[in-house]
Amino acid sequence: MSRKWVISAATAAAALFIGLGAVQAADAKKLVVGFSQIGSESGWRAAETKTAKTEAEKRGIDLKISDAQQKQENQIKAVRSFVAQGVDAIFIAPVVATGWDSVLKEAKEAKIPVMLLDRQIETKDQSLYMTAVTSDTVHEGRVAGEWLAKQTGGKCAVVELQGTVGSSPAINRKKGFDEVVAKNPGMKIIRTQSGDFTRAKGKEVMESFIKAENGGKGICAVYAHNDDMAVGAIQAIKEAGLKPGKDILVVSIDGVPDIFKAMSEGEANATVELTPNMAGPAFDALVAYKKDGKMPPKWIQTESKLFTPDTAKAEYERRKDAY
Amino acid sequence: MTLSAPGPARNLPQYGALVAVLLANWLLFPDFFAIRLQDGRLFGSLIDVVNRGAPVALLAIGMTMVIATRGVDLSVGAVMAISGAVAATMTGAGWGLPAVLAASLAAGLLCGLWNGLLVAVLRIQPIIATLILMVAGRGIAQLVTEGQIVTFTSPALAFIGGGSFLTVPMPVVITIALLAVTALLVRATALGLMIEAVGINRLSSAGAGVNTPVILVAVYVWCGLCAAVAGLIVTADIRGADANNAGLWLELDAILAVVVGGTSLLGGRFGLVLSVVGALIIQAMNTGILLSGFKPEFNLIVKAGVLLVVLLLQSPTLTLFLPRPKGARPMGAVKPPVAPTSGGAKP
Repeated sequence: MSRKWVISAATAAAALFIGLGAVQAADAKKLVVGFSQIGSESGWRAAETKTAKTEAEKRGIDLKISDAQQKQENQIKAVRSFVAQGVDAIFIAPVVATGWDSVLKEAKEAKIPVMLLDRQIETKDQSLYMTAVTSDTVHEGRVAGEWLAKQTGGKCAVVELQGTVGSSPAINRKKGFDEVVAKNPGMKIIRTQSGDFTRAKGKEVMESFIKAENGGKGICAVYAHNDDMAVGAIQAIKEAGLKPGKDILVVSIDGVPDIFKAMSEGEANATVELTPNMAGPAFDALVAYKKDGKMPPKWIQTESKLFTPDTAKAEYERRKDAY
Repeated sequence: MTLSAPGPARNLPQYGALVAVLLANWLLFPDFFAIRLQDGRLFGSLIDVVNRGAPVALLAIGMTMVIATRGVDLSVGAVMAISGAVAATMTGAGWGLPAVLAASLAAGLLCGLWNGLLVAVLRIQPIIATLILMVAGRGIAQLVTEGQIVTFTSPALAFIGGGSFLTVPMPVVITIALLAVTALLVRATALGLMIEAVGINRLSSAGAGVNTPVILVAVYVWCGLCAAVAGLIVTADIRGADANNAGLWLELDAILAVVVGGTSLLGGRFGLVLSVVGALIIQAMNTGILLSGFKPEFNLIVKAGVLLVVLLLQSPTLTLFLPRPKGARPMGAVKPPVAPTSGGAKP
């Protein structure tokens, strides 16, 4: 029953969409971009989709979003349908790294440029896509480390909450941070464990760290590979009778609204933003290419900006609706 | 739960393993048994073990009954996510604690009823029947939270996860209470006997007058309730409902706890307290690994190694070669092994 309702609603919406498209086609050349999004498995992903919509509106671009529900075959179907519709460009946030060659060839034969958002793909033929807009996760770890080194004068006993073992952001965010630690002899990672990128595990691991390090007295700072684990760690620090942000510094990566809330309450010290605005730079590159054929670089790196408590309140207000 | 046990010696592998793991933790970390009061609440690594072990222990209580009927419930992790999502979302919308608790427990009961009907009435194999909710349930939880981590600030709900009663953390209090209620229900009445009968032979127990559909539905409903309580605890603990991760893979830990506790997957005789001991063994290992400072890459290997030893100690084949006290026999064995030869010798 409800499924039928959804389908008929979707059909109606699609009809409306096509109708609008026909009207808009009349006013000169409005760029049409098809965006194959992975799904909405996290708050960040939802924010990326939302930001893509507003960035498209800003530039007067007609954006068609297809939700793949975490399945590559749905993404491939979406790309084929975009090719059939003859869009001006296709954006893909690829759910997995491999298996894209044949469908990207179809897009290439139709002379439709493809841009990758937020993740890279593995392919032998680099000409299959025009550019990839992603963040540098090693750099994110480096930015977090450098802030901590500066804040503590290069002397700090750090406990690290790693992401899921073997995942690429966990490996890279550790690598970047380790580079900074290696440069500062007074800095040391005294304990490191996986908190699986979740609040619950972040809290559990931090509880053990505090007990293992003399009730937390031996810990100068906690570095978490994402904000959610940091939020869990903050609770563990509080429950041990210590003050997060003062007795133990808290630095993490992602920039989700809840960490800004914690920062505005003085319980976290810094976060490195993984911007959800991946579509904006891609739109800019596309517009420049369509206008005077300027090829964008193969990799557009998004900024890894560090945020501290002084702007936290305003940033929280700005973000809480985007996520 | 030890009605049919010839003596306490039968439970030696479980209690022995728990003590051994705790002692190993103590060797790795000398302050392991140190306990102090922090803000009127017990604080220490040993407390972490029981506190963090509470959700899996709760799941194991419900799972024991289901497994005793020769079933299995794969959906408990997803049910945790649903109950947590309902609790956090309703709290955020301004509902009071009684309504929130009623609604999320009702969600768990409903999930259990669904599983029970599929198994008992439609006679779908339990592993498949509950797989449906395992997959769909997380989706339902995500629909409730709209894919976000829903946070709340209500101290009343947070108390369930972070509060304490007479200095004992609430999750531990709740687990002990639910264990006591369950034990009373199945052991002070004939219910436990009927559950075991259904597990051993559904047809003949029906022939003997046991209302098997009702018993089956009841155990799945109870399992759903236990999962909902566990979901409330983890949600209250982090003051937020994380539909993607709450209870993820915990159904496997719960099944493991039951098996480590000595209840056979083939149904029949079950031990509630031993399942909880199984859950504590698993959590004691987790806490020990975190305290030890091993690299995270070793976590799963260490865990697997210890579990292998515990399960080997219960293996019907291997126990034949172990000297055992008189009357001791492994719980999982369908037939008692050959009479012990060197009676009296302690293993």
